[in-house]
Amino acid sequence: MNIIVPIKQVPDLVEELEVDSSGKALDKEWLKFRINEFDDHALEEALLLKEDLGGTVTVIALDGDDVDKALYTAAAKGADKLIKVTGVDAELDNHKAAMALASVIKDMDYDLILTGVQAVDDLDGQLPVLLAEYLGLPHIEVVTGVKVDGNVATVQKEFSGGIVGEYEVDLPAVLGIQAARETPRYVPVAKVRRAMRSAEIEEVSANVGDVSSALAVERMFKPETGGGAEFLTGSVDEIAAKIVELIKSKI
Amino acid sequence: MKKVLVIAEHLNGQIQDITYELLGKAKELAQGGEVAVLLMGKDMQDAANSLGAADKVLYVDSDALAQFNPQTYFLTAAKAIEEYQPDIVLVGTTSQGMDLAGALSARLKMPLVAYVSALEDGKAVSQLYGGKMNVEVGLTTPYIAAVLAGAFPADKGKADGTPEVVEMAAPDLSGAKVRFKQLIEPEAGDVDITAQDVLVSVGRGIQSEDNIPMFEELAQKLGGALACSRPIVDNKWLPKSRQVGKSGLKVKPKVYLAFGISGAPEHIEGMKDSELIIAVNTDAKAPIFDYAHYGVTEDMFDLVPKLMEKL
Repeated sequence: MNIIVPIKQVPDLVEELEVDSSGKALDKEWLKFRINEFDDHALEEALLLKEDLGGTVTVIALDGDDVDKALYTAAAKGADKLIKVTGVDAELDNHKAAMALASVIKDMDYDLILTGVQAVDDLDGQLPVLLAEYLGLPHIEVVTGVKVDGNVATVQKEFSGGIVGEYEVDLPAVLGIQAARETPRYVPVAKVRRAMRSAEIEEVSANVGDVSSALAVERMFKPETGGGAEFLTGSVDEIAAKIVELIKSKI
Repeated sequence: MKKVLVIAEHLNGQIQDITYELLGKAKELAQGGEVAVLLMGKDMQDAANSLGAADKVLYVDSDALAQFNPQTYFLTAAKAIEEYQPDIVLVGTTSQGMDLAGALSARLKMPLVAYVSALEDGKAVSQLYGGKMNVEVGLTTPYIAAVLAGAFPADKGKADGTPEVVEMAAPDLSGAKVRFKQLIEPEAGDVDITAQDVLVSVGRGIQSEDNIPMFEELAQKLGGALACSRPIVDNKWLPKSRQVGKSGLKVKPKVYLAFGISGAPEHIEGMKDSELIIAVNTDAKAPIFDYAHYGVTEDMFDLVPKLMEKL
């Protein structure tokens, strides 16, 4: 069972986001990056499947902000092989990112591709489905459960209202993971540092041809805050008293 | 004048609200042109009667389309788009839509803009970064827009009348690599969060599973129940039956107290109709404050003990 997990770094939304001087992109100067949380779930599910079935987990990412750290962290968690795809700038362009990944993955030996169902910057659609189409593979998005038996995976796909659809899919396939069956594992920094010394990142250049999102970004702007909340101020004690009063007026 | 095609969504035989939301928008975008709905299913012709706002229903009937299937629906939609040649295709940024939009875009080489919250002739706004940033893109037809649920009113897509039904043949779906097995209804939880007057709802900001009991206690003191946003369920800190949002439950309590919830669109959709929303989050710019009636930016771990004292 050889599993490929494409991951990517996204801005940490705990930080304040600002638009840069072009008016069309994020100001990266103060941004912190972290792994797309759903990619973290995809990696976890891949590692769990490997523990069950044997095989390997290969983590692949486009070159970009703090990518080496994300790849070494994946190695520290148990990934066997790390690949960095170079030569492609795919900011806000998942069509290009998917084609870049597909151009490298197509020559690899694998049974399954697991990646995050979505990311916070999917302007032109979610990666798993684009990647599947460029590789000519079947896909299922919003996956919350995967079991593999031979060349077939039984997959749970979540709909609205908590309803789940169960599907069988012939492998290889691309699954967009919403949640792994376990909370993504944590690795201490010391273990990541050890991985930085022992693991190797293979660099591969990509070929995307003329594929792109074909979208013209005209501006990026913060949503207008529609007045919204009245902020309660004062000491914590005063605020607590006010909240209790508000609640009691309703119940 | 534009030809606009809406891809209908149904689950358990029920047309979903997103379809009407898209249909209302489609009529506006068509500017007097034609609005068609693509309906894929098995023995679902009658559902066309609930799509009176459309000029035309393109209906594809097949056993392989009886329930949503990421592959058979994609292949069928691709064929329908090639035959109908719409200027604009509208699909939901939903579980079903996420399996279709990107694949159609890649296969048909039609640009796709996702997470659309506003759409007019030649221009779309995409809501990115968890609702913290908007991106405006220029569009030339043909294109596909994947629209956020709740972005447009469903009322505008509902009208009496029976549109013309045009039957289209399904492509060859016999070799499908994805096969539908069954639908599984959610397990009933120990608590029905849709039936509560008071919900204490927690998000990623509570930091640790160890903090769950404190909020559980607060909920109990208020005679309500503990609910949560998606990341808490993904991390298995609370069961799925406690999740508020698009993929969880829609709630409308008298009081909704949100702790450490940033307010991603997925969550907002499930709670925005609550009568009184009080949000506590140290990030004053968190989108939740656009929907809350009252906001608090104090540290919740200072605030909650004070609240308990006073109850």
